Amino acid sequence: MTTQEWKFTSKDIAVKPDLFLSGHRACAGCGPATVMRLIMKATRGPTIVTQATGCMEVVSSIYPYTSWNVPWLHTAFENAAANAAGIEAAIKAMQRKGKLKEHIDVIAIAGDGGTFDIGLQSLSGAVERGHDFLFVLYDNEGYMNTGIQRSGGTPSGAATTTTPAGSVIPGKLERKKPITEIMLAHGMEYVATATPYYWKDMITKVRKGLEVDGPAFLHVFAPCPRGWRSDQAKTMEYTKLAVETCIFPVWEAVNGKKQLSTPSKVIALAPQKKKPIKDYFKGQGRFRHLFTPKNIHVIDELQRLTDENWKKLLQNCESK
Amino acid sequence: MSSKDKTWKEISIAGVCPKSSESFKTGDWKTYMPILDTEKCIVCLTCVMLCPDGAINWIPDTNKISFDYTFCKGCGICANECPAKALTMKIDNTEG
Repeated sequence: MTTQEWKFTSKDIAVKPDLFLSGHRACAGCGPATVMRLIMKATRGPTIVTQATGCMEVVSSIYPYTSWNVPWLHTAFENAAANAAGIEAAIKAMQRKGKLKEHIDVIAIAGDGGTFDIGLQSLSGAVERGHDFLFVLYDNEGYMNTGIQRSGGTPSGAATTTTPAGSVIPGKLERKKPITEIMLAHGMEYVATATPYYWKDMITKVRKGLEVDGPAFLHVFAPCPRGWRSDQAKTMEYTKLAVETCIFPVWEAVNGKKQLSTPSKVIALAPQKKKPIKDYFKGQGRFRHLFTPKNIHVIDELQRLTDENWKKLLQNCESK
Repeated sequence: MSSKDKTWKEISIAGVCPKSSESFKTGDWKTYMPILDTEKCIVCLTCVMLCPDGAINWIPDTNKISFDYTFCKGCGICANECPAKALTMKIDNTEG
């Protein structure tokens, strides 16, 4: 990677004009909206954004208003990565013909529906062909915009409108798809996970992803207070708790070499700081049914799985 | 959208959205509004970073935080995350 370390202070970021503008129609306390704002703070020059259908596409582009201060393109649910591939190929062709001199960054943004489920084939194809773009997945763990249906990104145990918790099932039975592992298996140069609470870490990762010459993938955790049935003021608290309970550890992998980022490294070095997943589940309406005597065993099982995944990640980070 | 605007039938295909969303004020959505105690504020900029609506700004000249209530939706993330507990959520009594 030809990355030079990009140094910035919080004041640099605060004075940089927003490229994702105020006045978008996201719900109060929207996690993904914060993510969009912060991602666009990491741009380094001319940038083109392409988006899959999803909450952030809908709230930012209600005619005749647009929240994007950069060229922005939306076509359909499944092809954010295909769009990015086409844009990148067009830029290359124009550069070859001498019509364009400067470098232009391409960012593709999709939600968990547009990445885990619907957009996976176009993403896989674009990565395999080696197009130079950054794919940002903002993961709110369900199809929130259309009425909280389950997606491949919904964690097990969560109640959604298509996996309602009741006498038959305790929420979603299947586990969350390990999307970052799938992307790592493509042999990508840069894959990382981030949460907006640790915004400095996240902005640095976006910049690193842009600087990579080739495809890069960033998985961002973005709570949805409406879909998670949680308090809108606690959106960012959950992104912190997800890291502290090791439900969503933050790490980056450069050329397949995994390394924990600071917020997760702190927990790896001081295991007593690791919180039980109950702390994270508390207050989220989608996990409320798990606290009944009938379902309490589900929490124990999920805790065991979380610990197992965390252990696996620690081993991965050490052995390589 | 005023009646003078072109409708979707009249605009060119793959055209440009004519207006910035900054002309759409979302501030009237809120029930509660954040009130800043400038005495307690340590200007850490946590609220500026975590606001989903870009409604909190840092003024470099005075090194102060300013709230843009025309966009604030009153979610309360800023008050919840403030490390100095300088923000409180109060009922929004302004006309809107």
